[in-house]
Amino acid sequence: MATQTDTRLTSTARPRLVPAPAESGRVRSRRRTKRLLGSWLFWLAIGLIVIWSVGPFLWVVITSFKLDRDLATLPPILPSEPTWSHYVNIVSGRPFYRYILNSLIVSVATTIVCLLLGTIAGYALGRLTFPGRVPILLGVLAVSMFPQISVVASIYTMLQQLGLLNTYAGLVIPYNTFALPLAIWILASFFRGVPAELEQASQTDGSTRLGALVRVILPLSAPGLFTTAILVFITAWNEFLFALTYTSSIEHQTIPVGIALLPAMYAIPWGDIAAASVIVTMPLVILVLICQRWIVRGLTAGALKG
Amino acid sequence: MMAHARQFIRQYAFPYLLLAPSLLAIGLIALYPFLQTIWTSLHRASLILPDSTFIGLGNFRRLIQDDGFWNAWTNTVYFTVVTVLFETILGFAIATALNRDFRGRGLVRAAVLIPWAIPTVVSSRLWGLIFNTDAGLANYLLTSTRIMSADQNWLGNPGLAINVAAIVDIWKTTPFMALILLAGLQTIPGELYEAAAIDGASFLDRLLHITLPMIAPVLLVAMLLRTLDAFRVFDVIYVMTGGGPADSTEVLSTLTYKVFFSATQFGYGSALAVAMFVSVLLLSAGFLFFLRDKLEVG
Repeated sequence: MATQTDTRLTSTARPRLVPAPAESGRVRSRRRTKRLLGSWLFWLAIGLIVIWSVGPFLWVVITSFKLDRDLATLPPILPSEPTWSHYVNIVSGRPFYRYILNSLIVSVATTIVCLLLGTIAGYALGRLTFPGRVPILLGVLAVSMFPQISVVASIYTMLQQLGLLNTYAGLVIPYNTFALPLAIWILASFFRGVPAELEQASQTDGSTRLGALVRVILPLSAPGLFTTAILVFITAWNEFLFALTYTSSIEHQTIPVGIALLPAMYAIPWGDIAAASVIVTMPLVILVLICQRWIVRGLTAGALKG
Repeated sequence: MMAHARQFIRQYAFPYLLLAPSLLAIGLIALYPFLQTIWTSLHRASLILPDSTFIGLGNFRRLIQDDGFWNAWTNTVYFTVVTVLFETILGFAIATALNRDFRGRGLVRAAVLIPWAIPTVVSSRLWGLIFNTDAGLANYLLTSTRIMSADQNWLGNPGLAINVAAIVDIWKTTPFMALILLAGLQTIPGELYEAAAIDGASFLDRLLHITLPMIAPVLLVAMLLRTLDAFRVFDVIYVMTGGGPADSTEVLSTLTYKVFFSATQFGYGSALAVAMFVSVLLLSAGFLFFLRDKLEVG
């Protein structure tokens, strides 16, 4: 009895001098259970995160393959007979491709305009020092964050006077209100990251600052340009308020408007809506899977500098 | 003298020359329309009858007595507080999990990003499907696990609908929060945690005394951006509920939109837009004040 208490006392009294091997078996196994439990909880958390993120989209994919009679009730969870009929409806029955084409034209045009204007502005804000630089940067950020609804009617009147309602230009121009500040902000933070020595070296070689921009800084900022292009494209592709307001026919309406207005035209065809959602979302999901590294850099570029 | 002038141009004129196209564009399509909105808010004007009469602050006097405006204002503030709160908590949890090194981390990060890339109109439809009364997954799961005894009409219930809309927004924007916080977490030097481990600090100690103070600036900037974004919510509400049932989900953007384009009252709509802008301004001013305070302490 007495010797037993003694050994236990000594083993707990000097834990730092005698490490792991001297620990009693019980302590070690308790620690192992704790670590094992911790790792189980960790993987459980990861599983929940993945289900939360992907689950709802997966559910729409499942729904899009269900027959109408399976859609009215639950169960069945999975389609009793998988069907392509909703996809056939979307692709053939309605001019859905037109929405996709419109969205593509508007988003690509917005991206090009924003990259052109944003690159030179971002260069000035990211690499040059001049009075008023910081207020302009903050002003640009403020414009990107203010409520679109506060300009939606004024721009409507403007486009009406210019005869630009129901045109592609009538979407691309207002899209710059939010896309251009976004592009400038991200590009400025990327340009700031290019080492100044490289630019100076090219200037001593006799090239102008603009020459240095084209020959040295642009190639080095290629990831930044790519990031900006993806983010601007996705933002324009997803835009709804302006597209809803400035277009009124399928000739120029974009995908979000098409999907939002589907139930107004037909009695909520859930299967078709699901199929349409999958069609327009798949390219974005693939884009995210391939380009996530660049997207993450772009998303965090602005906020971390602030 | 010539060299001096050239130096002056290089120093001052050149940057503004580069900025000119962008500033001109932003001025024409954002600043000018915004000033136009303020000007219109002082008039009785409509979409159909562009001839307007100057009525001073008449629209704002009407606005202060308008129950519809205050209802939308309260709903917008509720929506903003609930979404930003849950996005921050969930985003922080996800960022903490992703901050560990494990197999398949890149894939999980890509999965987390998916809701962010889906158009809001689509995510509203997607959750509308899940919260459908008759054949929705939410009712099925909650009743078959006996958490609820009967099906719930989620979007038809004035107390529930705005929370369903909030879930959609939380789902869509948590990735943004998570990734920014993850970037913030990765800047914390590992030695701090090692030192804390030697001192025997608990999980809570580490969270309160290392993690939170270290990411406070990033956290607050992210919360500010999310607050401004949540306050202007439009897509989710317009697509999911259209403001109903019984105006319980009407927010400032949807109300203003209806006054503009259904009632075609451009004057009063502009007053609503200005009131919304002032609310956003006050909100961010308060945030920045708090932020400056925090940055000085940190």
